[in-house]
Amino acid sequence: MTELQAVLPEAILTGLACLTLMVDVFRRPGAVALTFWSAVLSVLVVLIAVATLFPPGMTTYFHGTFVLDPMAAVLKTFLLVVVLFSFFYARDYLQRHGEDQSVFFILALFATLGMMVLISAHSLLTIYLGLELLSLSLYAMVAMDRDSKAASEAAMKYFVLGALASGMLLYGMSMLYGVSGTLDLSELAQRTSGAEANLLFTFGLVFVLIGIAFKLGVAPFHMWVPDVYEGAPTPVTLFLGSAPKLAAFAMAIRVLADGLGGLHESWQDMLILLAVLSMAIGNIVAIAQTNIKRMLAYSTISHMGFLLLGIIAANAIGYAASMFYVIVYAITSMGAFAAIILLSSAGHESDQLSDFTGLAKRSPWMAFIMLVLMFSLAGVPPFAGFWAKWFVLKELVGAGEAWLAAVAVFFSLIGAYYYLRVIKLMYFDEPTGALPALTGSEDARLVFSVNGLAVLVLGFLPGTLMSVCLGAMLVGTG
Amino acid sequence: MFEQAIFYIFAAMLIFSAAMVITVRNPVHAALFLVLSFFTSAGLWLLLEAEFLAIALVLVYVGAVMVLFLFVVMMLDINIAELREGFARYFPIAALVAIVMMYSLGTIVGPENFGLDQVAAAQGHAADYNNTHELGMALFTRYIWPFEIAAVILLVAIIAAIALTLRATRQTKAPNVDHQIAVRREDRVRLIKVDSEPLD
Repeated sequence: MTELQAVLPEAILTGLACLTLMVDVFRRPGAVALTFWSAVLSVLVVLIAVATLFPPGMTTYFHGTFVLDPMAAVLKTFLLVVVLFSFFYARDYLQRHGEDQSVFFILALFATLGMMVLISAHSLLTIYLGLELLSLSLYAMVAMDRDSKAASEAAMKYFVLGALASGMLLYGMSMLYGVSGTLDLSELAQRTSGAEANLLFTFGLVFVLIGIAFKLGVAPFHMWVPDVYEGAPTPVTLFLGSAPKLAAFAMAIRVLADGLGGLHESWQDMLILLAVLSMAIGNIVAIAQTNIKRMLAYSTISHMGFLLLGIIAANAIGYAASMFYVIVYAITSMGAFAAIILLSSAGHESDQLSDFTGLAKRSPWMAFIMLVLMFSLAGVPPFAGFWAKWFVLKELVGAGEAWLAAVAVFFSLIGAYYYLRVIKLMYFDEPTGALPALTGSEDARLVFSVNGLAVLVLGFLPGTLMSVCLGAMLVGTG
Repeated sequence: MFEQAIFYIFAAMLIFSAAMVITVRNPVHAALFLVLSFFTSAGLWLLLEAEFLAIALVLVYVGAVMVLFLFVVMMLDINIAELREGFARYFPIAALVAIVMMYSLGTIVGPENFGLDQVAAAQGHAADYNNTHELGMALFTRYIWPFEIAAVILLVAIIAAIALTLRATRQTKAPNVDHQIAVRREDRVRLIKVDSEPLD
């Protein structure tokens, strides 16, 4: 494969994103569908390009700044599928709320490009640039609803804290570069392995890890997550809470496993601290929430903590377990936010827990899908979320961290309470007062059903996805 | 020896002006001190033979960014006393954090880790060595992929800025040029027949 072939998906996406931008600029006012279909087609074309260029092994291109390996291809495939789904949900929301904000699709396309760059990054420089491309698009997306005070506040918080985290990350990278004299991850791995690893690397590592922790949204760098999730328009929250998690996972693997694998004894301890704190804060604070977007934000924090557990195992199988976890999480959380979109109506966000009361009577099918999603998030067998937790815990016990696995199970049990509460509200409580009729469009409902059924099917066939993840990781990190 | 003297002069000026940026009361003065700190850091970069970066810093930051910044500062009516509220209250914590950071940085970036015995001094280049040329070569060969991504980031910045500020509903009083050109005489001029009365 030549260099230009290797970056073909990214190149196509850049071109089609610019084309969609032009379509959006010259379309008639109100014809959001045109931009929407252009964006959907762009993602589909890129998806085909990624699938046809599936690499057999790991190769670097462009002087080692770009890497194509099975892990990148698998993550990109799932990323594009998640983005595609989120477009259908976003269109439904924008239609219903009568908003002409088609810029969502354009910024989302560029954010997708940033995530793809991040997933395929093999140099500290491309990691930073991919991350900035992603973050910059996300800041603008959060601020998209200019008349909403909450959205402006969320965007401001996200922007300031995000800039601070980027600064931390850059500072750490400059330290690593200062000591090793290289930005390339493979060369960095050579310098850090063995006796050469010293205090300077650890110092750089701390700052880089803070940057990664912020982007993943793990405690104690989680302060932005609830406010941003609550303040942003729901389709933006959906986008923000699903696809970028895949990219942030790739970033963690690239930096920690590919680049600083030699320092795993240092970062394991730090990750344990982050993971335990996130699971504790995420699961316990989520109980007190009445706003479901906020509740899901705290749930994100706890899930990202759980995700780190697989990385702590520091072997290919552990990474694969984490990859399985993040893919399942992205699909499931997307569905949960989509339920909020489908329940909302013009002028009513329906992001309170009480909006879900008695849903089983209003729409049994939607309630059932939501039940599947909540069970999966809680980790009840046989849903996909259970297997995700199971694989991570198995690796953790195998790596001799049984106490950590016990802590994880303990906090997951606490977490199950607030997921099950949603199910109780839907099935066993009577709605108070008249709730607006469900007005979700047919295609969004269809996508929602597919989304829920995907979680169900993954739960019954976890082996297929796990073998894909394992294959990707065993080739990639060896 | 001469280079060291230059370095210490610029470094002292840089620290002084940076401290003044955050302590002076007048925001215009603060912006001007920021300009001074950019000039001194450009001087430090010149010492490192990074003349292109030094010139770019002066041209871009001093020439464009800071001038714009000065305009903004002068146009906004910033109440400095309000901004300074809580300064004394937070000062002890801030000072503590600063001291801890300075200490840990000092131990890490000190001579025992980055001294001349650890990192060899960079070789000077000949007088005809062209920094700009080398940068261009590196950017368009080795770093072409990151370079292109940076270009896309700038594009996104433009899109985001326009998307967040452009209002589709017209709230501005700007005239519509198309309408003005397309206007016909009949739309604007109305001939009124006034009965002529004989003058007395």
